[in-house]
Amino acid sequence: MKLDEAPVEVEPTEVRTGRQIRWARRRVAFARFWAQYRRSPFGMVGLVILIFFIGVAISSIFIDPSSLSKTAVTEESIAPCTFATLPCPPNANNPLGTDADGRSVLTLVIEGSRVSLIVGFTASVITMVIGALVGILAGYLGRTSDTLLMRTTDFFLVIPWLPLAIVLAAILGQNIFVLIAIIGFTSWPGTARLVRAQTLSVKEHSYVERSRALGATNSQVVSRHILPNVMPVIFANTILTVAIAILAESALSFLGLGDPRRVTWGTMIDAAFDAGAISIGAWWWLLAPSLSIVLVVLAFTLCGYALDEIINPRIRER
Amino acid sequence: MGTQRYLVGKIGQALITLLFILTFNFFLFRILPGDPIRLLTKGAGQRLTPTEQQQLREELGVDRSVFPGQYLLYMGQTLRLDLGVSSIVAPGEEVTTVFFEKLPKTLFLVGTSTAASIAIGVILGIYGGWRRGGAMDMSSMTGSLVLYSIPEFVLGIMLLLLFSGWLGLFPSGGFESATGDLTGIDRLFDILSHAFLPWLTLTLAFIGEFYLVMRSSLLDVLGEEYISLARAKGLREKWVLRKHAVRNALLPTVTLIALSFGFVLGGAITVELVFSYPGVGLQSFEALEARDYALLQGTFLFFSVGVLVANLIADLLYAYIDPRVRTA
Repeated sequence: MKLDEAPVEVEPTEVRTGRQIRWARRRVAFARFWAQYRRSPFGMVGLVILIFFIGVAISSIFIDPSSLSKTAVTEESIAPCTFATLPCPPNANNPLGTDADGRSVLTLVIEGSRVSLIVGFTASVITMVIGALVGILAGYLGRTSDTLLMRTTDFFLVIPWLPLAIVLAAILGQNIFVLIAIIGFTSWPGTARLVRAQTLSVKEHSYVERSRALGATNSQVVSRHILPNVMPVIFANTILTVAIAILAESALSFLGLGDPRRVTWGTMIDAAFDAGAISIGAWWWLLAPSLSIVLVVLAFTLCGYALDEIINPRIRER
Repeated sequence: MGTQRYLVGKIGQALITLLFILTFNFFLFRILPGDPIRLLTKGAGQRLTPTEQQQLREELGVDRSVFPGQYLLYMGQTLRLDLGVSSIVAPGEEVTTVFFEKLPKTLFLVGTSTAASIAIGVILGIYGGWRRGGAMDMSSMTGSLVLYSIPEFVLGIMLLLLFSGWLGLFPSGGFESATGDLTGIDRLFDILSHAFLPWLTLTLAFIGEFYLVMRSSLLDVLGEEYISLARAKGLREKWVLRKHAVRNALLPTVTLIALSFGFVLGGAITVELVFSYPGVGLQSFEALEARDYALLQGTFLFFSVGVLVANLIADLLYAYIDPRVRTA
C-alpha cells in the first residue's frame, strides 16, 4: 500500500456486544475445526456411518410397537416360509430373514438401534459428568483432595468392570435404567484421569494466576478458565465412551442382563444364541445385529480418534 | 534408596486398595433385599433343618450388628479364604475349591492369548508409529480399529459360524470330546483343537487395544527432544528407534497392559460362554443365572484381586525397567 494513497473510507465500526464477539469467535473456531476434521479420512467415514445409524434410529419411531409382538406374526408375514420352517432365511418378503418367532429381523434391528443408541448416549453422559467433576476437582484443588479422589479413581480402575456390572445387575434387577446407571457408574475412572491431567496443565497458565491475583474465586476460575479449556478433551473422550457404553450394553445383554421388555442389538444376539441359532445355521438372525454393533462402535471410535488428533496438540504438531 | 521407597509405597497402595475391595464386596452383598440365609442357601434351603439354619446364621454372624460385628467376621473369614459354600452350581462345595478347580483352564486360555496379542500388537504398534501414515500403518490402524470395535462374543460367534458350523474344522465347544476314550498325545490334540477358537477370539479381540496403546506411546516419545538430539548426533534411524524410542515408549505401555487385564477377564466370561469352555468365566455366568450369590461374590472377589495383583506386578516391573524410578 502506498502512503500517498487517499485514505480508504472506513465504515464506522459497528458496535458489537460481548456476546456477538464471542459468537463470531466461536464460528471462526468451528470453521477452523471443521476444515481440519474434513481432512481426516477416518473421521469422515465414522461421521457418515454415524449419521446413517442416527437416521435409522429416528425412523424407528414409525414402527408400530404391536408389529413387534409374537402375536402379530401371520402366515402371510412369514411367506414363503411356514410356521414349521422358522427361522426363515432372507427372502423378498423379509430381506434380513426372520427370528424363530417369525418376526422380521430388519424391523427388530431398526427398533434395536434406538434403544442401543439411547443407552450408549445417556450412559456416557453419566460417565462424562462424574469423570469431569472428579478430574477437575482433583486437578484444581490438589493436595489431600487430589490424593483422596485419585485413590478412589484407582480403586474403580482396578475393579474388573464386567464382573462388577454382573454383580450389580444381579442385585439391582434388570431394567434399562439400571443398565444405564451401571454402565455410567463403572466407566468414569479413565475420563477422570484424563481430565485431571489436562486440568493440571491448564492450571499452570499465567492467565489463571492473573485472574486469581485479580481476586477471582475458585468457582470463577474453574467455570471461566479451566472448564472451557478442558472441554475439548472431555468432548473427544465422551465420543469414545459412547462406543465403550454400547459395547458394554451388548455384553451385558448377551449375558441375559438386558431389559427383557426392550429390543436392543445385544438382546437380539442373546435370544438368537439361546435359541441355538449357531447350531441350526441361522446366521442371518445373528449377523444383522452383530454388524450393527460393530459399525456403530467403529463409527464412534473413528470420530473419537479424529477429534483426538485435532485436539491433542502433542500429536498434531508432529 | 529410591527404589525401596517406591516399592514400599506401591505395595502399601495395593494393600489399601485390597481393603477397599474387601469392604466394597462386603457392603455390595449386604444391600441385597431379603433374608441373607434364604438367598445364600436358595435351592438347598428346604433341606436345611432349623438347627443347621441356626448354625449357618451364627457362621455368617447375621444376628450381630452389620458394623463392626459382621464386618470383622467377614474380613476374618475372607482372609482365611473361607468364602462360604456354593448353593446351586456346586451344592455344598467350598467356593474357594470350586473356583480354583476351574482356574487353570481359564489361565491357560487367557494367558496364552494375551501373550500372543501383546506380542503382535506391540510389534505392529512400533512399526506403525515409526512409519506413521505409511501403507503398513494405515492398514494395521484400520484393522486395529475394526477389531477393537467388535465385542469379543460377537467375534466368537462369527468364528464359530465360520470355522465350526460352515467349514467344520473345529469342534463347537467344550474342553475336550465327551467320549473320554482319548489318551496321551491324541487327548492333547483334542484339547488344543477345542481351545483353538476361543484362543483365536481372545487373541484377535485384544490386538487392536495393544496396537493403539503402543503406537500412541511411541508417537509421544518420538516428539521428545532427546530423539531429535539422537538424530542430530547422526545416529542411524534404526538405532534411535531401538535404543531411544522403543525403550521409553514401552514404559507407559506396561501400565496400560496391566490395566487392560480387567477387560481381558471380562472378555473371557463372554467368550467362555460362547464356546461353553468350562473355565471360571463360564462358571461365573452359571452362578449369575442360578443367582448363586456366594459363588458370585467369591468369583468377583478373586477377579478383583487378580487385576490388583497384575497391576502391582506391573508397578514392580516398572521399578526394574525404568532407571528414573531406581534413582529418584
